[in-house]
Amino acid sequence: MTTGDLITLLPLIVLTAAPVVVMLAAAFYRSHTLALALTLVGLAATIVSLFIAATRTSRQVTPLLSFDTYALFYIGLLSAATAAVAILSWNYLQRRHVHPEEYYMLLLTATLGGAVLVASTHFASFFLGLEILSVSLYALVVYPIYRAQFVEAAVKYLVLAGSTSAFLVFGMALVYAETGTMTVSGLAPILSAGLGGPDVVVALGVVLLLVGVGFKLAVVPFHMWTPDVYQGAPAPVGAYVATVSKGAVFALLLRYFRPVSLDPGSTLFLVFAAVAIASMVAGNLLALRQDNVKRILAYSSIAHLGYLLVAFLATGERAAIAVTFYLVAYFATTLAAFGVVAALSTPARDAESIDDYRGLSRRRRWTATALTVALFSLAGMPLTIGFFGKFYVVTAGAGAALWALIIVLVLTSTVGLYYYTRIVVAMWVRQPDESADTVGAAVDGGSAAVLAALTAFLIVFGVYPAPLIQLIERAVSTLP
Amino acid sequence: MILLWYILIPAAAAPLAWLLSRSQPQVARWVAVGGTALPLALVTWQWVSEAGALRAAFTAHGPGAAGLVQGTWLAHVHAAWISPLGISFFLAEDGLTLIMLVLTFAMGLLAVIASWRGITERVGFFHFMILWTTAALAGVFLSLDLFLFYFFFEMMLIPMYFVIALWGHERRVYAAVKFFIFTQASGLLMLIAILALYFIHGRATGTYTFDFTQLLGTRMPSATAFLLMLGFFAAFAVKLPVFPLHTWLPDAHTEAPTAGSVILAGVLIKIGAYGMIRFMVPLFPQATFDFRTVAMILAVIGIIYGAVMAYAQRDLKRLVAYTSVSHMGFVLLGIFAWNTLALQGVVLQIVCHALSTGALFILVGTLQDRIHTRDMTKMGGLWAIAPRMGGTAMFFALASLGLPGLGNFVAEFLILLGTWQVSKWAAVLGALGLVFATVYALWMMQRAFQGEETHALRFHDLVPRETGMYAALIAALVVLGFYPQPLIATARQTVTAVQQITAGTPLSSQANVAAQLIVAAGETQAEAIVADRAPTDGER
Repeated sequence: MTTGDLITLLPLIVLTAAPVVVMLAAAFYRSHTLALALTLVGLAATIVSLFIAATRTSRQVTPLLSFDTYALFYIGLLSAATAAVAILSWNYLQRRHVHPEEYYMLLLTATLGGAVLVASTHFASFFLGLEILSVSLYALVVYPIYRAQFVEAAVKYLVLAGSTSAFLVFGMALVYAETGTMTVSGLAPILSAGLGGPDVVVALGVVLLLVGVGFKLAVVPFHMWTPDVYQGAPAPVGAYVATVSKGAVFALLLRYFRPVSLDPGSTLFLVFAAVAIASMVAGNLLALRQDNVKRILAYSSIAHLGYLLVAFLATGERAAIAVTFYLVAYFATTLAAFGVVAALSTPARDAESIDDYRGLSRRRRWTATALTVALFSLAGMPLTIGFFGKFYVVTAGAGAALWALIIVLVLTSTVGLYYYTRIVVAMWVRQPDESADTVGAAVDGGSAAVLAALTAFLIVFGVYPAPLIQLIERAVSTLP
Repeated sequence: MILLWYILIPAAAAPLAWLLSRSQPQVARWVAVGGTALPLALVTWQWVSEAGALRAAFTAHGPGAAGLVQGTWLAHVHAAWISPLGISFFLAEDGLTLIMLVLTFAMGLLAVIASWRGITERVGFFHFMILWTTAALAGVFLSLDLFLFYFFFEMMLIPMYFVIALWGHERRVYAAVKFFIFTQASGLLMLIAILALYFIHGRATGTYTFDFTQLLGTRMPSATAFLLMLGFFAAFAVKLPVFPLHTWLPDAHTEAPTAGSVILAGVLIKIGAYGMIRFMVPLFPQATFDFRTVAMILAVIGIIYGAVMAYAQRDLKRLVAYTSVSHMGFVLLGIFAWNTLALQGVVLQIVCHALSTGALFILVGTLQDRIHTRDMTKMGGLWAIAPRMGGTAMFFALASLGLPGLGNFVAEFLILLGTWQVSKWAAVLGALGLVFATVYALWMMQRAFQGEETHALRFHDLVPRETGMYAALIAALVVLGFYPQPLIATARQTVTAVQQITAGTPLSSQANVAAQLIVAAGETQAEAIVADRAPTDGER
């Protein structure tokens, strides 16, 4: 390894150093504010180091990791999202009198796992990144341990993520045993051959790999854990699972499949299409009957991953741009929505019942506005970034002539309007039974700033997305 | 540049109204008046000053040139927006746009004045929503980039949804969500059609663009064209609304507050007609022709069904809502007849229906504010209590049933005349709608304002603010009834231009020449010459 390689690795090194610093600081001087500050500094340094790493021309560091612009872009996205989660967590933890310093350390290690995933070009780094991410998340879900539901959610997540890892490793082992390759480039012909290849063992390995990825992305039929974990986990951790965890895995999926030509009509394509349709239909329909905002967001995230798969199936550069743009939009929107939930939650319980939002517009006008913008962005309405996200996905699908998938997308996303507007109605329309039994903590300054920034992001890029699109085009251009 | 102001003024006034209203709700109202009256004044001024230009463009270049080619617009704005995708910020204005803009701002202003006393809660937020709707509507009528059009098309959904859901009547949430879902679903179908067109054109020419003027004349298999046409038709048919996609309309119109009903009936549903004339037919003339029989049957059903349903209502506002279904049937009939006469009738109908139905909705609103019911069985003999209101209601009921001498008559007559040349059966059955209209309009007057007084309601008659509004609307309808020429002349440029695009397809009917002569008979010599010159090939 040369000095040049170290410069290329700089983002990862900074991101590895950050949790160590936070941990050491906590060992000598316990201060919640200091932990948050160090975390933010660490994340900011990571983002700065991206620009330094971008100056390097040689991007591949060992066969394991590739720090092309694609990876750098996603590391930036993950770091920014983590920073938002960290700030949103501060007040949530502060109110609850737990020792919160290690929480930030776990947040940073989880992000480190995500960063490894988005740069991964090898099974080894794939598995390593996924495990760093998952193990950190087990602890994060249960971190404020005083509530039984956190433990319940954590155990569920532990069991499912554990078995997911088993599936993945077994799949990798089968593929390696038969083909002797663990790299993306070596994998491309195998994936191109799809499930119809002559070698049954390889096909089985690929299926197991996809099952593992499917669990992480929580697409149907591997979605069962999502509502429970979203509901059970603390609201900021829910936001983290919904964005960073899923986004990193999807970025990896995109990288692994970029050199693969998925032939419409091949079994692999049909499997993906079926999963996409099932996710869109089930996610949207199951969300209809929920009264819990966290569960609504969970089911809606299943549907959104279905939309992403539609763009993913379009393949080619346009698909990569569409997926990345949609992920950025989805990150910002989901963080804003969960951010409101987190900001309004009290130590007694999270603000998760739809009744907690009744009349919110009269109690907290700006918070209600932020959540409304986020919900409209999830619904894909104009003037929000979600509109362009959905537009991009539909465009990618139309470009690849995936008409059946697009029509399902259109119809199911219309169903989605119903449950998004339910929350909006609860916030804005005066109801006769507006009771006093609502949760509504005061929104702290940090959360308010994050929510304001996210809302501004949603609207600014919902009106003029061109700069973001250009950035993303540059980012995905280095994918092989 | 002036086109930008039409969108920017209401868009800028919107947050202003919201923010300034915190201490003084009254400020929001005045900001909203300014935010709609200022662009109204601007567009009227432009109309007056461009009247000569419209005429000149028409006579100098012949009907063909005065249209959709860049350089013959009254004004246009073209700027890059999202270049990687070939999306541009392309606004342009011609005669039809001018009329739609006048209508938009006039109805916006009317909506603000009509809710002067009725809206007492969240006044700032209400006017924020009204102004936002106005800005989006102006954008819809100005956009010539299909993506931009879709953007604005979707953009007005949110404020309209809020207006219905927050300030509406008893079943407002249901009506708002239904409206939202219907429009969004159909809009997405149009988006798919737009994207398909975008890719077909891009693959054929190498230029990926949403620019409508470039997409015109894209070649594709007729089966594909038919499907894409249906995508556009779905969106516009829900808006218009066309039977059987109309079910959101009675709910939304009835449950919306007065201002919402006025904008819905006055402008929003007209997007359906506008979109068909501007985009659907010129893009897919052959497919439109193939679809003509079905559409005309739907139109006739809509005319008769709307009228019969109106007759069956007890709720006064719901009655007025159903009359819209009937009147919009005429619009659909006229569009699919696609000759000069019918299209000019359509433009007139768009304007006159907005005026008369808008007035009726305001009237129902003022009545409901006073007696707190819309149930006609609880009314009766109201004329004696409020004679000015009774007289006004009578006037607009007569306008709605198509009394000669008022604008609506001219409009529906022209449409039927144009339809006759294409399909005699459709014209005959459509004319039945006029008979049914007489029944429901007079029945409404009988039940609400005439007859025996079975209640003890006492309320005050119209106040000057209301009298002023109605007087303006009455004057407009009478003027259009006797002298519709200015409107027809303004719309003529567009009507001939869109027909020019479809020339050579079966859609352009032979009846056009004769029709133009009839209309031009009372006009200046110059236009008669144009009508003469129309068929020569050298012009095309």
